[in-house]
Amino acid sequence: MDAIILQILNGLDKGSAYALIALGLTLIFGTLGVVNFAHGALFMIGAFCAVTLQRILNISFETIDPTRTDFLGNPMKVKTTYVETWFGPEVGASIIDWAVPLAILFSIPIMIGIGFIMERGLIKHFYKRPHADQILVTFGLAIVLQEVIKFFYGANPIPTGAPDVFKGSFDFGMLLGFEANAIIYPYWRLVYFAFAAVIIGAVFSFLQFTTFGMVVRAGMADRETVGLLGINIDKRFTIMFGIAAAVAGLAGVMYAPINSPNYHMGMDFLVLSFVVVVVGGMGSLPGAVLAGFLLGILESFASMNEIKSIIPGIDQIIIYLVAIIILLTRPRGLMGRKGVMED
Amino acid sequence: MLGLNKKDLSLLLIVAFLALCAPFILNPFPSDSSLAQFNAGYPDLMQRFVIFGIFAIGFNILFGLTGYLSFGHAAFLGVGSYSAVWMFKLLSMNVVPAIVLSVIVAGLFSVVIGFVSLRRSGIYFSILTLAFAQMSFNLAYSVLTPITNGETGLQLTLDDPRILGASRTESGGIPVTNFFGLDMRDTYEMVVGPWAFQFNNGYYLCAILMLISFYLAIRIFRSPFGMMLRAIKSNNTRMTYTGLNARPYTLAAFVISGMYAGLAGGLLASMDPLAGAERMQWTASGEVVLMTILGGAGTLIGPVLGAGFIKYFENIFSKINDGVLHTWFGFMPDGLEDLVVTLVHPFVGKGWHLTLGLVFMLVVIFLPGGLVEGGQRIGRLFRRKKSGDEAKKSTQSTPAE
Amino acid sequence: MGILEVKNVNKRFGGLQALGDVNLSVAENSVHAIIGPNGAGKSTLLNVLIGKLIPDTGSVMFNGQSVLGRKPFEINQMGISRVFQTPEIFGDLTVLENMMIPIFAKRDGVFRMHAFENSENEKEIVEQAEHMLESLNMADARHDHSASMSRGNKRRLEIGMCLAQSPRLLLLDEPTAGMARADTNNTIDLLKQIKDERDITIAIIEHDMHVVFSLAERITVLAQGTPLVEDTPENIKGHPKVREAYLGEHA
Repeated sequence: MDAIILQILNGLDKGSAYALIALGLTLIFGTLGVVNFAHGALFMIGAFCAVTLQRILNISFETIDPTRTDFLGNPMKVKTTYVETWFGPEVGASIIDWAVPLAILFSIPIMIGIGFIMERGLIKHFYKRPHADQILVTFGLAIVLQEVIKFFYGANPIPTGAPDVFKGSFDFGMLLGFEANAIIYPYWRLVYFAFAAVIIGAVFSFLQFTTFGMVVRAGMADRETVGLLGINIDKRFTIMFGIAAAVAGLAGVMYAPINSPNYHMGMDFLVLSFVVVVVGGMGSLPGAVLAGFLLGILESFASMNEIKSIIPGIDQIIIYLVAIIILLTRPRGLMGRKGVMED
Repeated sequence: MLGLNKKDLSLLLIVAFLALCAPFILNPFPSDSSLAQFNAGYPDLMQRFVIFGIFAIGFNILFGLTGYLSFGHAAFLGVGSYSAVWMFKLLSMNVVPAIVLSVIVAGLFSVVIGFVSLRRSGIYFSILTLAFAQMSFNLAYSVLTPITNGETGLQLTLDDPRILGASRTESGGIPVTNFFGLDMRDTYEMVVGPWAFQFNNGYYLCAILMLISFYLAIRIFRSPFGMMLRAIKSNNTRMTYTGLNARPYTLAAFVISGMYAGLAGGLLASMDPLAGAERMQWTASGEVVLMTILGGAGTLIGPVLGAGFIKYFENIFSKINDGVLHTWFGFMPDGLEDLVVTLVHPFVGKGWHLTLGLVFMLVVIFLPGGLVEGGQRIGRLFRRKKSGDEAKKSTQSTPAE
Repeated sequence: MGILEVKNVNKRFGGLQALGDVNLSVAENSVHAIIGPNGAGKSTLLNVLIGKLIPDTGSVMFNGQSVLGRKPFEINQMGISRVFQTPEIFGDLTVLENMMIPIFAKRDGVFRMHAFENSENEKEIVEQAEHMLESLNMADARHDHSASMSRGNKRRLEIGMCLAQSPRLLLLDEPTAGMARADTNNTIDLLKQIKDERDITIAIIEHDMHVVFSLAERITVLAQGTPLVEDTPENIKGHPKVREAYLGEHA
């Protein structure tokens, strides 16, 4: 029992990431009808926003501390960050410590900006082109973005820590009446899950309760009619693209402490996220979220030793296997609408 | 001749000429000149040109004709490589059984994957093929390690059983691949003045197989079968209401292209007997898509051009470092020189993929027909200019009369 | 006993009765039109006739065989050819190639792996295709890209492609929808010519009365999913029920 709970928990953080990326992909597909292969790159850029902010906060100057000497006997050089001098050592240190959560604020304008530029500059011209062309051009863009990041940040993963408060793990077992240390779960992953839940909730209530969201949902159902009503749907779709980019970016920012950002993380997640979207049902937002968590949890179950010993290698292929089965038996996905991309 | 019309025959002859004379054509710069780094006439690179040419020709039979965009074709290439290496390990170092097996195994593999994937079309088909390829890749890395040797990759060892042939050579090394005694890695070097032209056995084997593949592709393009495939791409509804079942046609195209990929994989292993899982990764599948689109999907020569283009620039671009750039731009004033070098730097050397991504995007945006369309546009431009000149002449001469 | 027999067909979509107790018999070698105001169930009936929609009850027999649940290519092989509301042709192919494909399908069946023959060398196929194009007055356009033709010519080509397979039943779905008057008249003339020259049954689903009355030998009027009357054009013209159905729609 405790093992099962542990696996469900383990599946949640990956599932959250899948769900957030898939949510953005589905928003873009549902509103703009575009298959965006560069969406994983947005996730990666988000993660690198966290890296960048951490680096910026750590910019420092050197002073010589005459009271101390290094091991050669020379006066010791001490690095002090600007943040610490401006805000005092304690506040400064905690700002640096909280770099990743702070990067949320830092990344939102960046991601929305990137989303706008992408949509206005590139995607806009591909609305009427076949899906194959959309896949190809965004695939090219994904390569470009990932190479740009690689150029600036190098090919190695960059460890990016969570705030100290969240280091360590929470003992779930004790809470539920199991033995100590039976189910321990890193705090940051809990934070990530909660964060994902908030974002997902925000997106859904935005679509549900605002006029803007209503128009977008109407547009997802029937673009032409909404256009005929004299509503400038294109502008709203651009904003939608920005929001989708921001969601992917935020997913990336918060994921940085879980998985050290590297330049190919976008591609790694993209393939899986597409599978998630397809399993959830192309164009269905709840489907994307549901499938994201479902597949994340399924994946973590498949990596249990008990299961791996029965079917070796299942952890490596479970997601794809599920996707293949779903596509063949229920091409609409779990919650897809009829007629979306069916031919 | 050969069942081809004049135009196709001359295309085949041109490609044959280029392929057979490649050691000269790709080696235009004397080896002591500073431009020698642009030479591509060495065996390893030339082999890649034609092997990836085969891969792309095969991919084009599927994508170019039927419009089904597979994102998993690298799986067949990988399977072909593994089969070939196993043949070297178990049977003999002759490349013929290895290549035959790799084509057969890739064919069988593509029958299974194609049968399942082709039940869907459009983006669903792309994702199904992608899922299958990623599954193969992940399995090759993990549980299939006894067959694939996991991360290290499958290699020849000194104690391979090799039924027909020795486990090791008399000098105690690993034997090399051969074609009935002709060693694949043997190269004859012809030195003419400052030029050194290299004629490699392996390259010529690959080139001949590429020409055969190309010839078969032309035949398929011109056949009623090819016409049916184009009809599927053009209008599947009309196709089925004409009494034709599209699925066996697309499956046949899928299997043929899978076998081409297997042949390419087998040849890669025949030139250098090792096989790794990274050959099956989806980025590798993406590469063949790039080649085909870049050259011109649906055209005969496009994929070959695309493969050559990408492999050439991959090799040449990735060799250009800052030192080379400084010698190039050395004529500029110092400050400007540094600036230009800094600006160019991200696009060369390790940044080659950045250039590739940009070029690819530009092609998809502005030149959906690829290099072939580019060539046609330029050709048309010249023709129009010419006819424009003539028209001008005639108007000028009219008043005189 | 007609060549196409529809018996007691019912189809509901949720709460909507799309087809209610449809009985229809199309006599061999006749031209039979099915007309009706918008929403009368014409498209649903058509989809049932070609096996795409399976009715809740009832049967659809063509030449003594059921068509229900069959794939489009099987329907075609039973001898039914279909002309679509918007012309469905192979836009990327030349006119001649468009015409060759149905002839290949007629000769070789659902699938044949003729990968190493040259389509230019298929003399008999090319000849038949050229002949067909000549009878359509399209021989000059044979090497044109079919997508670049006018809508009327696309329609002409599509009908020709169907005829090239010598079907027993030609099913037309609003063949003149969205056409200019001249193109409409050309299409009517073509269909008249076909009727005179061939032993073929033609079923037309149409709401353009001009087309219907110039061609049809029998007319079935559909209203709210049920056949109202079936009669000759002369009798349909003044039929009070028909007027009611149409006027009711306009009122």
